[in-house]
Amino acid sequence: MNKASQRLWRTSPLLYIALVVAVLFSVYPFYYMVVIATRSLDQINDVPPPFTPAGEFGANFGRVLDNDAANFLTGLLNSVIVSAVVTVSVVITGSLAGFAFAKLRFRGRNALLLTIIVTMMIPTQLGLIPLWGMIQDLGWYDTLLAVTVPFLVSAFGVFMMRQYAIQAISDELIEAGRVDGASTFRIFWNIVLPALRPAAAVLGLLTFMETWNSYLWPYAVLTPENPTLQVSLAFLSYAYYTDYSQVFAATAIGTVPLVIVFIVFGRQIIGGIMEGAVKS
Amino acid sequence: MSLSATTAPPSPSAPPPTPPRRRSRAITLNRLDLKLSPYLYIAPFFVIFGIFGFYPMLRTAWMSLHDWNLIGDHSFIGFDNYTRLFGDEYFWNATINTFGIFILSTIPQLLLALFLATMLNRTFLRARTLFRMAIFMPNVVSVAAVAIVFGMLFQRDFGLINWVLSLVGIDAVDWDAQKWSSWTAIASMVNWRWTGYNTLILLAGMQAIPKDLYEAAAIDGANQWKQFWRITLPMLTPTFVFVVTLSTIGGLQLFTEPLVFGNGNIIGGDQREFQTLAMYMYELGIENLSTAGYGAAVAWAMFVMIALVSLVNFLLVRRSVK
Repeated sequence: MNKASQRLWRTSPLLYIALVVAVLFSVYPFYYMVVIATRSLDQINDVPPPFTPAGEFGANFGRVLDNDAANFLTGLLNSVIVSAVVTVSVVITGSLAGFAFAKLRFRGRNALLLTIIVTMMIPTQLGLIPLWGMIQDLGWYDTLLAVTVPFLVSAFGVFMMRQYAIQAISDELIEAGRVDGASTFRIFWNIVLPALRPAAAVLGLLTFMETWNSYLWPYAVLTPENPTLQVSLAFLSYAYYTDYSQVFAATAIGTVPLVIVFIVFGRQIIGGIMEGAVKS
Repeated sequence: MSLSATTAPPSPSAPPPTPPRRRSRAITLNRLDLKLSPYLYIAPFFVIFGIFGFYPMLRTAWMSLHDWNLIGDHSFIGFDNYTRLFGDEYFWNATINTFGIFILSTIPQLLLALFLATMLNRTFLRARTLFRMAIFMPNVVSVAAVAIVFGMLFQRDFGLINWVLSLVGIDAVDWDAQKWSSWTAIASMVNWRWTGYNTLILLAGMQAIPKDLYEAAAIDGANQWKQFWRITLPMLTPTFVFVVTLSTIGGLQLFTEPLVFGNGNIIGGDQREFQTLAMYMYELGIENLSTAGYGAAVAWAMFVMIALVSLVNFLLVRRSVK
């Protein structure tokens, strides 16, 4: 590339055109979801396919609510409960353990930390079948305990909080707390936790999205009687795959909360992901 | 054991006079606090992970040596499940499907992410946050929702993609009826959902490269193309290893996309055209509970494959840069 073409590329609309095309590809399926969710069934079968939204959303979503096979509202409520509980727990346990690994001295610290890092590399599906058996034995099948308790802690969460705590909290600050006679928990509560807040927020957002979106495990241990949102969506689409407008109305409603979370907190989420990438 | 003493040097200022008894009790408490607190704080993770994460993994190994019914009896059969794997047509079919979809999704995705990250890394780019957010947005949607939407896009009779193809004179494709077409449809979901994520990770890696390297290269007369090959790519190696490893762990465990694409059919298409290893494991272990032992062997085979592919990736990426 010669000088002239470099300058052209740097300032030219070509770069923006490439990016705008990428953005269109990223966003179009969202728009398409809205188009189908607001169309009546016979309009979907048109050739060419519809490209603009219409006014049938109410009717389509009404069919979702009337559908006993999917229990959509139960699924929505269950997903809110499970995601909230898992998020709070992952953030708290991650902060506690991350603080301990970053700032406290104890026997076996490095070995235990290494265990956590190795854990992150192990594919989760390895334990799937025995875990299913355990859930049966515990009597948790088709209850929210089955999709909550195993996920209350996360190796990634501990590691992320530890990485952040190392640089965000100075040893002097903790020493000062000790000199003042504060207990370890007081130091955690009054000094460490406020300093960890930015990382805790990102971890919380990522955990919430992951829990909200998880499918394989809830599908394995829940039934359509008591589903999470994703399980409900999937059963709806398996049973009513010809009724696209109904399935898409449900899918759109299930996607909206995450899109809102992302529009409000997108900056932090992206910042957190990019920072995490450089550090690890 | 005075490990903790180093973190808390005795206060230099004389403590206020307190009755000796209460003081010694306070000191004991303080000692206990210093010694036990760290373990207390890491305990929740290790207890819950131990029960619901680590133990099931070990049990998978134990189960794989048995003829095991998840809701019935089991008997020890040694390595029979593993020898059986070698002759199992469905297992190899699932392996080929998994790797086929994996290649169709990983390679385009990484090339595209590299391209987009390079574009987003331009110094004079406007609206950068907006571009980053828009490109990352697909990652926010659940896999189930993505599979539902793409299932419709790839629908045979009135799907958007067949309509576009018809404009250029290509006949309607029955996407879920053949291997290559179903793999393409499933891989496109993975590509759509993960390209933005990988773009951000690669972009972060690019931004961590010291700027003076480029300045020095520019002074030496290296053009942008050369700078990309000689500076950006080599300096990006650790990030690339990270991204490829993540894609491998995720890609070889692919489950939801093909399952929802095939309307919940665990065998993945009428003729197992797109049944992945994770689906086959699920079919053996959880759909048919009586073959859980064999399913556990498939789980370990998957684990070994993921470990091997990650290792090969790591070595390849490292060597190609050297």
